[in-house]
Amino acid sequence: MQVKEYKPLIVAFCCNWCSYAGADLAGNNRLNYPADVKIIRVPCSCRVNPMFILRAFQRGADGVIICGCHPGDCHYTSGNYYTRRRMAALFSMLDFLGIEKERTRVEWVSAAEGAKFAATMNEFAQTVASLGENKRLEDLRCKK
Amino acid sequence: MQKITRDQLVEKAVALLSDGTVSAVLGWSRGEFDYDITPAVFKSAEEVKENFVWNDFCGANFSKYLVAQTGKVEGKILVFLKPCDTYSFNQLLTEHRFDREKVYAVGIPCEGMADIAKVREIVGDGIVSIEDDGESLKVSTLYADAPVLVGAKDVMAERCVNCKSKKHVAFDELMGEDGEVIESARFDEVARLEAMTPDERFLFWQNELSRCIRCNACRDACPACTCEKCVFDNPDSAVENKAPANSFEEKMFHIIRAFHVAGRCTDCGECSRVCPQNIPLHLLNRKFIKDINEFYGEYQAGAEVGSRAPLVDYTTEDLEPGEVFERGDQDA
Amino acid sequence: MQRVGVFVCWCGSNIAGTVDVAAVAEALKNEPGVVFSTDYQYMCSQAGQDIIKNAIAEHNLTGIVVCSCSPRMHEATFRKTAAAAGLNPYMVEIANIREQCSWVHKDMTTGTEKAIILGKAAVAKVNLNTPLTPGESPVTKRALVIGGGIAGIQTALDIADAGFPVDIVETKPTIGGKMAQLDKTFPTLDCAACILTPKMVDVAQNEKIRIFSYSEVEEVGGFVGNFDVKIKKKARYVKEDICTGCGACVDKCPMKKNPNEFNLGMDNRPAIYIPFAQAVPKVATIDPNACNMLKNGKCGLCARVCAAGAIDYTQKDEIIEEKYGAIVVATGFNPISMEKFDEFAYNQSKDVITSLEFERLTNAAGPTAGHLERPSDGKSPKTIVFVQCVGSRCDACSEKGKEYCSKICCMYTAKHAMLTRDKYPDTDVYVFYIDVRTPGKNFDEFYRRAVEEFGVKYIKGMVGKVTPEGDKLKVQASDLLSNKQLHIDADLVVLAAAIEPDKSARPLATMLTASMDTNDFFTEAHPKLRPVESPTAGVFLSGACQGPKDIPETVSQAGAAASKVIGLLAKDKLTGNPCVAHSNELMCNGCSSCERVCPYGAITYEDKEFRMPNRTTKIRRVASVNPAVCQGCGACTVACPSGAMDLKGFANSQIIAEVDAICK
Repeated sequence: MQVKEYKPLIVAFCCNWCSYAGADLAGNNRLNYPADVKIIRVPCSCRVNPMFILRAFQRGADGVIICGCHPGDCHYTSGNYYTRRRMAALFSMLDFLGIEKERTRVEWVSAAEGAKFAATMNEFAQTVASLGENKRLEDLRCKK
Repeated sequence: MQKITRDQLVEKAVALLSDGTVSAVLGWSRGEFDYDITPAVFKSAEEVKENFVWNDFCGANFSKYLVAQTGKVEGKILVFLKPCDTYSFNQLLTEHRFDREKVYAVGIPCEGMADIAKVREIVGDGIVSIEDDGESLKVSTLYADAPVLVGAKDVMAERCVNCKSKKHVAFDELMGEDGEVIESARFDEVARLEAMTPDERFLFWQNELSRCIRCNACRDACPACTCEKCVFDNPDSAVENKAPANSFEEKMFHIIRAFHVAGRCTDCGECSRVCPQNIPLHLLNRKFIKDINEFYGEYQAGAEVGSRAPLVDYTTEDLEPGEVFERGDQDA
Repeated sequence: MQRVGVFVCWCGSNIAGTVDVAAVAEALKNEPGVVFSTDYQYMCSQAGQDIIKNAIAEHNLTGIVVCSCSPRMHEATFRKTAAAAGLNPYMVEIANIREQCSWVHKDMTTGTEKAIILGKAAVAKVNLNTPLTPGESPVTKRALVIGGGIAGIQTALDIADAGFPVDIVETKPTIGGKMAQLDKTFPTLDCAACILTPKMVDVAQNEKIRIFSYSEVEEVGGFVGNFDVKIKKKARYVKEDICTGCGACVDKCPMKKNPNEFNLGMDNRPAIYIPFAQAVPKVATIDPNACNMLKNGKCGLCARVCAAGAIDYTQKDEIIEEKYGAIVVATGFNPISMEKFDEFAYNQSKDVITSLEFERLTNAAGPTAGHLERPSDGKSPKTIVFVQCVGSRCDACSEKGKEYCSKICCMYTAKHAMLTRDKYPDTDVYVFYIDVRTPGKNFDEFYRRAVEEFGVKYIKGMVGKVTPEGDKLKVQASDLLSNKQLHIDADLVVLAAAIEPDKSARPLATMLTASMDTNDFFTEAHPKLRPVESPTAGVFLSGACQGPKDIPETVSQAGAAASKVIGLLAKDKLTGNPCVAHSNELMCNGCSSCERVCPYGAITYEDKEFRMPNRTTKIRRVASVNPAVCQGCGACTVACPSGAMDLKGFANSQIIAEVDAICK
């Protein structure tokens, strides 16, 4: 039997104004990060509903990262402040339920921080890979 | 064991009905069994005199019923509120869920309610009747020859053992004496779980949540769950799901439900009281309350009308989601 | 079901070098809804766009997915292409397979695999797209400027200059604001009145500008382009259009002992008064709390002496309703109250004054006609101590002062000290400071001249206590540089009081749903890039209401605010971003969670009647979003527990479809 190499699946929610632009900059500068990271564009990090995160885990994601403008720089002035509170509460709850806390993260990446975006994704992908597959939150029926 | 008596409450309700202050009374009435008390709307003094019940099983929080009932009644409706119910009452007012003008709220003292599961642990199944003799409950079962005497304190519900407040934060009239906010040990169990390893916590919750049958009793009883239509019933939400299909979906349901009431939950404990599977759902809510208190300062939902729930608020200096765990690591 | 067309771009070798574009096009053919799929070298070229247009026509496409560079690059291009072919531009989705795929991955297999997944996510999303039309709203071509100081004056003049009518609302009987009270201005030392009063006259004479003096904004409704404002014109008991400002009434009024606000109470004015000689409008005003006629019905002297017959004791407050397209807030600042600063003996001695009072004392039109005299006995002070940072840069926990730097005090104190030494060389002048902050054109040079040429004694350290003793003020202070305690017998102590936003700002912000910081300064839409706009569309900020500012900064910000207003008023219609939030009324509880997180005040509530079973109806409170105000951040969608609030273009179902496609 051939053992398939384990590759983590990572969903990254990026706000349109800072982090998505930061990801574009990483591309412009040809800064590599694993292809396991798939980006979903949202207008603001505050658009990320906890349901999206749980859904990703349910469907087999191994890690979810939310990227937004740095606090104080939100395009919508206060969106990322709400993100910060919501995610602090949600991640703490997931940890309380025994979900590895390393699987979730919030990172502030500005449009100028292409290098930070790539470095963050490399590091996050590695962390998630070291945890192995997400079994605690996934829905077995969604397995391929 | 309740300081206030049924007769006093009935007298009050009858008086308010007959002088026209209210046109209906929200109260408790007997269900299938003595311990199975259900909320009821009484429209006349006769109904009140006949069917009104007040005993150690009158745990139901009536605040939520006002959302529907204030719309159905001409004039005011009388509601009896235990101290913990008044917090939910205020929270619902904050959220504009009912018209304060249509309610006549009477605050009543509460000495703690009994948990039938705890009674069963002592006397076993087959309970046919329960009588309250002031200090203890006299429980007759199908299988025992003589009634068993159970100390009221021994079967007090967890939420009452860890009562957070005997103070009424809202009322038009108060019966008996008002109490104080209590420094309770309600977060101890959360702290105990927090101290476990993630694996232990996962096993604990897997064991608890996998019993969920998605009956939605928690949602139906919760005074913070007053949505016209729940997101899990909303076909546009893409998470519509009416029944559990596997172990994860209950987790999704309970995490999201706890998240949606986070900062709004007054910790009334109705979710756990009504859970037919005895899942300690209140622990999820208390985890959020404990976190919010630690992260953003003490906040008691419903303590005052119009206060801003912590998750719809922010300061520029809030801690980062990553720092949540650094704190935890330092504590450990 | 949509009929989706997929267009995979090579971007030369930029994408095709790492992604097998043909394989991507082939793989996406099998996705639900896809009826056409192709690849081309440069999709953004004219030829590439033609491929899209032709395919739309030929295959009756209802949705487009372009797998190409970042949407930040060419989303607008492809939307235009779609629109040109008769497809709603919001039926286009971009899969970013260049910046976020081919450019960051090296291996063809990996790149192709990821490109297919990103394409699938875009297809999944476009399947749930709906045609969106940006809302349009008309623009009322008139601006309102709240506050008639130099900020408001400059903004109004600039807007009027572009040809748009402007109304200025000023609470005082005259425009001019704080600048009218100043003597000289730093660092050029030209007289404030000489540069301000011509501008005030310009305002009065400008046909496009109306001045509502002695008036307040009472109510604001509506939204950008369409504000409905109620202005309360307070009764001044003088007919504005008839009064000639001759001043005969002022001379004859017997009720002369009322503190003169314009001179900060350092002298008196009659019950009927004109704040100062150059006031605009130059019209008398009766103080109803001082006038014997209004209080007791006895007197009427002013009416008798008024040749024009302008006095009207029966005048009532008047409410003016007007529509505006834009509102500029220019409510300015005030020095903070010195009540809490007992250590400086402000309340115990008349000779402890604030800098603004000093300004009036040295002003030729002030209470002493410009002679520097002590308020207590009229003697010329020989030793003057200036104290900097009184109430500025305080500890966060201090309840007395402000945390921020008031910015203007260093420079005006240098000015005061220099002018004093210039006019009265026999006077000793001390300035106690924490730091001297002089960034600005010619500012540091100015301060150094005060020290080097004029011999002002600058001492680093704070004044600990001022004690009145006899006719002296004993000043106890520390000199931090030489580490000494100093005792100075001063004749006059001048406190550089911190400045704070005008008290009217907070209620005004509530009316405008404009946000404020903890110090009650208005918040700008972006601290760096949109400094003169409030986050609330159509509301602009001018001058010190946004933060401490000196005159040049205020004037430049006033001009910037005006140019933003002109840009808005020049439009006939406002086209909104169609990706806005909307509430499903059938599911909304009216709980207000969404309203609380909305940074723009776009959400309001209304009681609506709903049909219920059995021919009954029920009235429920439900949220409604004003699409002209909503900016589409989506904060409300997560605050909403029931999912009633959703965001067009980024709907819950669309994002979850993307999640599902990626995680499949």
